[in-house]
Amino acid sequence: MAQASSDTAVRTGSATRFIIYTVLIVFCLYYLLPLYVMVVNSLKPLDEIRGGGMLSLPEVWTLAPWGSAWSTAQIGVEATGLKPYFLNSIIMVVPAVAISTLLGALNGYVLTKWRFRGDTIVFGLMLFGCFIPFQMVLIPMARMLGLMGLAGTVPGLIFVHLVYGIGFSTLYFRNYYAQFPTELVRAAMIDGAGFFRIFQRIMLPSSGPIAVVCIIWQFTNIWNDFLFGASFSDFSSQPMTVALNNLVQSSTGVKEYNVHFAGAIMAALPTLLVYVVAGRFFVRGLMAGSVKG
Amino acid sequence: MAQPASVGRRSGDWLRDALPKLVLSPSLAIVLIFVYGFIFFTFYLSFTDSRILPSYGLVGFENYDKLFRLRAWGIAVDNLIIFGGLYIVICCALGLALAILLDQKIRSEGFIRTIYLYPMALSFIVTGTAWKWFLDPGIGLEAVVHSWGWESFTFDWIKNRDMAIYTIVIAAVWQTSGFVMAMFLAGLRGIDNEVLKAAQIDGASNWALYRRIVIPQLRPAFMSAFVVLAHMAIKSYDLVIALTNGGPGRATELPATFMYSYTFTRNQMGIGAASAVIMLMTIAAIIVPYLWSELREKK
Amino acid sequence: MGFLDIKQATKSYGAVQVLQETDISVEEGEFLVLVGPSGCGKSTLLNMIAGLEDVSSGEIAIRGQRMNEVRPAERNIAMVFQSYALYPNMNVAQNIAFGLEMHGVPKPERDKKVQEVAELLQITQLLKRKPGQLSGGQRQRVAMGRALVRDPDVFLFDEPLSNLDAKLRVDMRTEIKKLHQKLGTTIVYVTHDQIEALTLSTRIAVMFGGYVQQLGTPKEIYDNPANMFVAGFMGSPSMNLFPATLADAGGTAQAEFTLKDGGTGVLPIADPAIVKHAGRKVILGIRPEAITDPDGADRNSKAIHQLEAQVEVTEPAGSDTFVVTEFGGKEITGRFRADVAVQPGTSHTFAVNMEKAVLFDPETEARIR
Repeated sequence: MAQASSDTAVRTGSATRFIIYTVLIVFCLYYLLPLYVMVVNSLKPLDEIRGGGMLSLPEVWTLAPWGSAWSTAQIGVEATGLKPYFLNSIIMVVPAVAISTLLGALNGYVLTKWRFRGDTIVFGLMLFGCFIPFQMVLIPMARMLGLMGLAGTVPGLIFVHLVYGIGFSTLYFRNYYAQFPTELVRAAMIDGAGFFRIFQRIMLPSSGPIAVVCIIWQFTNIWNDFLFGASFSDFSSQPMTVALNNLVQSSTGVKEYNVHFAGAIMAALPTLLVYVVAGRFFVRGLMAGSVKG
Repeated sequence: MAQPASVGRRSGDWLRDALPKLVLSPSLAIVLIFVYGFIFFTFYLSFTDSRILPSYGLVGFENYDKLFRLRAWGIAVDNLIIFGGLYIVICCALGLALAILLDQKIRSEGFIRTIYLYPMALSFIVTGTAWKWFLDPGIGLEAVVHSWGWESFTFDWIKNRDMAIYTIVIAAVWQTSGFVMAMFLAGLRGIDNEVLKAAQIDGASNWALYRRIVIPQLRPAFMSAFVVLAHMAIKSYDLVIALTNGGPGRATELPATFMYSYTFTRNQMGIGAASAVIMLMTIAAIIVPYLWSELREKK
Repeated sequence: MGFLDIKQATKSYGAVQVLQETDISVEEGEFLVLVGPSGCGKSTLLNMIAGLEDVSSGEIAIRGQRMNEVRPAERNIAMVFQSYALYPNMNVAQNIAFGLEMHGVPKPERDKKVQEVAELLQITQLLKRKPGQLSGGQRQRVAMGRALVRDPDVFLFDEPLSNLDAKLRVDMRTEIKKLHQKLGTTIVYVTHDQIEALTLSTRIAVMFGGYVQQLGTPKEIYDNPANMFVAGFMGSPSMNLFPATLADAGGTAQAEFTLKDGGTGVLPIADPAIVKHAGRKVILGIRPEAITDPDGADRNSKAIHQLEAQVEVTEPAGSDTFVVTEFGGKEITGRFRADVAVQPGTSHTFAVNMEKAVLFDPETEARIR
């Protein structure tokens, strides 16, 4: 992993090092710029932005855009602010993450410790499912949700995210459990523990790190999803991303940029918070999702 | 020693022996139905005369024929090639450069890494919103430069049919390049330091060291980065919606937005399905060989 | 019928047969060691006894009861693993008690048994620690404690000492032997270390290529190896094996072979029955301790023969000096007393104890008697 060793054999002179630091800092500014723009402009009145002051600090500091974005801004036809949609996203994310993580853990356990003929094929099928363009499933899924009576509801979204989240959680747990000593499972078998007992008493207590990685990954992905939200929700069940997009794209009235920025930060806050608190696990999750094993 | 821990079949307690497979089966069923069943269904629809609703009259390759005659699809594919190509190349180049610079025993490396990577935690909708207004000539960068006194400065790519697609590249690179940097950094840290020391003793300059020894060893990281980026480029939907909504006109249409609008707003489900099939085929051509080699190595 | 019976047991994965038909009968209280290089099938056989792997054909029985279909937990066996396989999330006491807990033993009784075993193994002070806080030797003890507490019919050990450093390994070896003598339990023990096999066992099964090459007491295995593999594998330094031709020297056989200087070395064969093989090419096997300096030769042997040969290398090893020469084109190691002055490059007298010599067929590698 990235923190393994920061020891490089390459030596650099002090002039070179000055250039390196300069470049690195310039790129820090590049990556921070949009965040700065969002934060600064969410705290200033609209006319300051219109006057070409997007990059300057507010002359008049105000929290009004935040209040408006949260509770009064016009989303679609109703002036509800983003609050109900923020709640929608939370109600959607929690069960979808919990269930897909649990299923992923069980699948990973079976695929590594109770192997059977064809297990690699089963895993390959699940893994490929992670990478398909979801455009391929939009039409039948819309029909299916209709048949299940879940069309346009939050439970419907939970179901969709659960279905397409299983592949990644299985990937995480399978790769993690593959490193878990099989001798421990054998020892527990001889000690008399069965399938679920071994899972509960031996595997789960050691699964903390990967569970964190998996939960963060699923949380980020589901929270940030737009395609499924836009396709399968109606006005009352929209997740945060869809509501934000409606807020920003609404063609009626004055464009309240400061409110848009405040809304964007609200939509970004939960995942940013996770990233700041548990960045190490977040990065590990990204890596595991791309560099298998 | 990759022997199964499985205890195998024993007569008498069928249930206990089938338990692992029973536990796996709901997930497998879900994947078979909701991934493969649905792929098959969409594939089937692409050969039917479906419009606003699925219909089952087979029309052969008519939808594909129409699809490739549509100007909108042609624009979407051209845009994908421009966007995807630039996105992958710039992300890789920038990611590699930043990774190499960060690998020089930089003070507060962890902090810098955190800054480079945080965009990856954001939704594309958020990224799109931020860049949409920042690039907007009326209030964003152009207006700011004007207010500084440089009145002739213009930066209106986002409103310009010919240039709008490049604004998508800018925002997408901003979001993902830090992540590519992290992948390369992990690759760099995986290289045996003794090899580098040996090369230095052999008299290699820093430049030669990287060009001849280090970068060739990053091949697996390049592979992974390419696969991830290509797959993200093809699936790109949210960012376009938030940043330009496909416009101005159709200037930033991508296959993903094309599929959505033809299926759900223009009621051409057959053509939408056909475009989704093309997307799947493209991704499969990249992902399947990659997964195949990854899973085979594991054995 | 023994206590643990392995009857015509085989194991195959698809078309690959990793364990050929094997018959071993273990008596109660016996210490059987399965020894062989990696991939010889010893661990497979152990796992089959444990029930961790299916028996492809044949039968495994404990106390006369067929075990093939019985789950590992219900075979009344216990196993000590190479990595010790201590549950990382439980402390030592919980590790030891886990098996009892799974078998529904009530808590007070569990605690009592854990105490007893901990005292027996002198790990009482470690009971509250987690495996991560223990040294290799301590983990080893806990792993044994977990096995002992179950009071099983058969103990299975899978290379339990291979993760310890050299000194600790010797100590633990002694400890295991003491435990066996004290408790009189039946043990099946897998190792690739032939010294462990010789020191610990009451019987050894030497395995190679999925076959049991020889089954016997340590003395039988050491003195009378059934074939060249067993001869070469058991003993350190390993037995000298070199080609020779048998000739009839007036009613008894003698082995003739070339020496380094081009001359012919001659060693009479002690066993008179061998004369019937006169004229055959054979492989002669003599252990290093049977090739000595003349004064160091075994006084009780009636078949010491001396010959001159060129010394190539000497390797002083403290108590002895290993002297290397060449018989029949092969390097031969002899074991001289440490205070004998031997110079490389000079000629020296070697005393060979032919009572300990064994003969093998160069084609089949089997023993010639």
